Amino acid sequence: MTEETLNALALLSNFVLVPAVAYGSQLALGALGVTLVYGILRFSNFAHGDTMAFGTMFTILFTWWFQSMGLSLGPLPTALLALPFAIVLCALFALLTDKFVYRFYRQQRADPVIFVIASVGVMFVMNGLVRFIIGPNDQNFADGERFIIKAREFKQMTGLAEGISIKVSQGITVITMIVVVAALFWFLNKTRTGKSMRAYSDNEDLALLSGINPDRVVMVTWILAAALATIAGTLYGLDKSFKPFTYFQLLLPVFAAAIVGGLGNPLGAIAGGFVVAFSEISVTYAYKKFANYMVPGDDWKADGLMQLLSTNYKFAVSFLILLLVLLFRPTGIFAGKSA
Amino acid sequence: MKGSIRNIFYFSVMAGLIVLVGQLQSWNVALSILNLCLISSIMALGVNIQWGYAGLFNVGVMGFAALGGLAAVIIAMPPVREAWAVAGSGVAVGIGIFLATSIAALLVYRKLRKGPLRTVLVMLIVILGYVLLRIYFDPTTKVIEKVNPASTGYLGGLGLPVLLAWPVGGLLAGAVAWIVGKVTLGLRSDYLAIATLGISEIIVAVLKHEDWLSRGVKNVNGLPRPVPYEVGLQNAQWFLSLCERLGADPVTFSSIFVKLCYAVLFASVLLLVLWLSEKALRSPWGRMMRAIRDNEVSANAMGKDVTARHLQVFVLGSIVVGIAGAMLTTLDGQLTPSSYQPLRFTFLIWVMVIVGGSGNNWGAVLGGFVIWFFWIEAEPLGLWLMNFLTSGMAADNALRLHLIESAAHMRLMTMGIILLLALRFSPRGLIPERNHQ
Repeated sequence: MTEETLNALALLSNFVLVPAVAYGSQLALGALGVTLVYGILRFSNFAHGDTMAFGTMFTILFTWWFQSMGLSLGPLPTALLALPFAIVLCALFALLTDKFVYRFYRQQRADPVIFVIASVGVMFVMNGLVRFIIGPNDQNFADGERFIIKAREFKQMTGLAEGISIKVSQGITVITMIVVVAALFWFLNKTRTGKSMRAYSDNEDLALLSGINPDRVVMVTWILAAALATIAGTLYGLDKSFKPFTYFQLLLPVFAAAIVGGLGNPLGAIAGGFVVAFSEISVTYAYKKFANYMVPGDDWKADGLMQLLSTNYKFAVSFLILLLVLLFRPTGIFAGKSA
Repeated sequence: MKGSIRNIFYFSVMAGLIVLVGQLQSWNVALSILNLCLISSIMALGVNIQWGYAGLFNVGVMGFAALGGLAAVIIAMPPVREAWAVAGSGVAVGIGIFLATSIAALLVYRKLRKGPLRTVLVMLIVILGYVLLRIYFDPTTKVIEKVNPASTGYLGGLGLPVLLAWPVGGLLAGAVAWIVGKVTLGLRSDYLAIATLGISEIIVAVLKHEDWLSRGVKNVNGLPRPVPYEVGLQNAQWFLSLCERLGADPVTFSSIFVKLCYAVLFASVLLLVLWLSEKALRSPWGRMMRAIRDNEVSANAMGKDVTARHLQVFVLGSIVVGIAGAMLTTLDGQLTPSSYQPLRFTFLIWVMVIVGGSGNNWGAVLGGFVIWFFWIEAEPLGLWLMNFLTSGMAADNALRLHLIESAAHMRLMTMGIILLLALRFSPRGLIPERNHQ
């Protein structure tokens, strides 16, 4: 490979591969929460984006508190220390919403769309609480080291003109995602509670007949969904920044990821997260510099930005993916529940 | 008859509240609340057509309202001659490509049989059209945006009367609804919800970022009005003599007069839409819609094409929302794309429908009035409440300041709680759907 090609690859890794892997992990975690709620409780939870914001808000508050006490994890962000506490509070709130809102409709065996509307109400309340407690503005709560590899160091190491930089937040995102997903799958496949959850998801009546306690299944689902939402939200906030409205907007890519993978299918949610993230970032990346490295000679220099879609329309990518999946495979790649 | 007495009671309480605001705050405030109540009611009627008649969950109200707003700009603003002079041919090419793509896609869609081949072909045509547009039309947009960016920097509109924008806004919204509905209807109900959420975000993103079309976040100001201007009134002889006869101050009364004119316009649209909706609801068509809503399987067995009826009702409801969106922009006199917030434009309308009474047009109208009234009045009330609750604290207490500052966010929470309470304890709403036996 020529140096030009290597430079082009480094460029693409820096601006597409690395961010997409991190973003994909965040979306995957978010979509896992949506898909779990969908599988067990059988509705699309519109409050999930705001649950992410809600949990992240607690992470930020604990982070500030720990920082004021001088606690830190050295090179790692203090938010990791705050995360478990935030998960507990967010899960408690999720259980409260279930007790006061969703349980009633479950007992009534209400139509799924009623659950969806109820989740819109919960979304309003959570959104209001977040704005009330922490405000609608941007909050940056990342501390510790910023980079695992800086672009400059990479350039010095390899002698290339293009560098690859990896942020600590991106590294943490990927590692956390792998740990969480491994733990979740272990839980769903090996533990008694996890198995009963899958049984409940597959066939509610049969599961009830076999003596599975539905209240327990629902409770564990909400705890898991809140935990996943808090983790996803915190990682996203560390990587970018925390703004309540952005989290509401994450709802679309998260839903797209869950549907692409097949609603109710955890493996699909992870795959969907990466599909959406890679499409979004690669479609909105400006390929001008990349093309100039790949095309030899000066005669063929690209004159436009060579950007397929402006970043302003990144939501359109999730939407288009969603439409394509609905047109060709309404059940998603991994055949979830659709009917 | 018990029901209608209750309804008259509800509406008179609502009228009383507005009069109370007029007496306590000012008639200007009361009339601006009334005007927005009227528009909200029309939007709620649109959503009620989709949800109440057919059980369709549209989470894209914001997008359809924004399309109405765009129509107001395109129809009513005067054309920017300089921009057309330098970019007219480019625009013609752009429109040409757009039309060619649409016609080609439509032809393939009509001629071929349903199947993967048709879908792939339609998509290829759309993608090709998009690429061609980007190549040939992008330079034109740059040229347009360079023309006097501080005051214009966009194409302007057609310079037609702004009232024309209302039906056009409805058509625009209906066309987009048709595309979305075509793809998502017939699948799970959640899919329509998510897809409409997506399309509304995209529509607003287009308004925010396509400066050549809508000036983006620079906003389009000074939309022509369908009613007289205050300054004009204050100089008109007939108006001055009217003021004299009423003993009113011409400056204050002119703005009240303008708002009254708007109120008359909006109320006539509301009554027209309401009349049509009621007619439709009582017709065989309405009975069929309710049959489909209440039992899709048996309606299907009776030979009703459920998906096609859903598409029809989804488009109709979106048209009504689009009309209301155009009216709102007309009232504001400006298009501010950044003001389109989903909580305000989508979910608030939903609260109106659920609280008012899904399936009942009068209920939706009442919900529009009640919820908009409290949405506006919640802010002074919340502020007053916070001041009252924290009155024991020192004036510079950090918690007190934070609470007072965040009182504005209270209304989101209040709306959420109202929605949840209504859904649980009064799921049929203030004015429940009547059973037409």
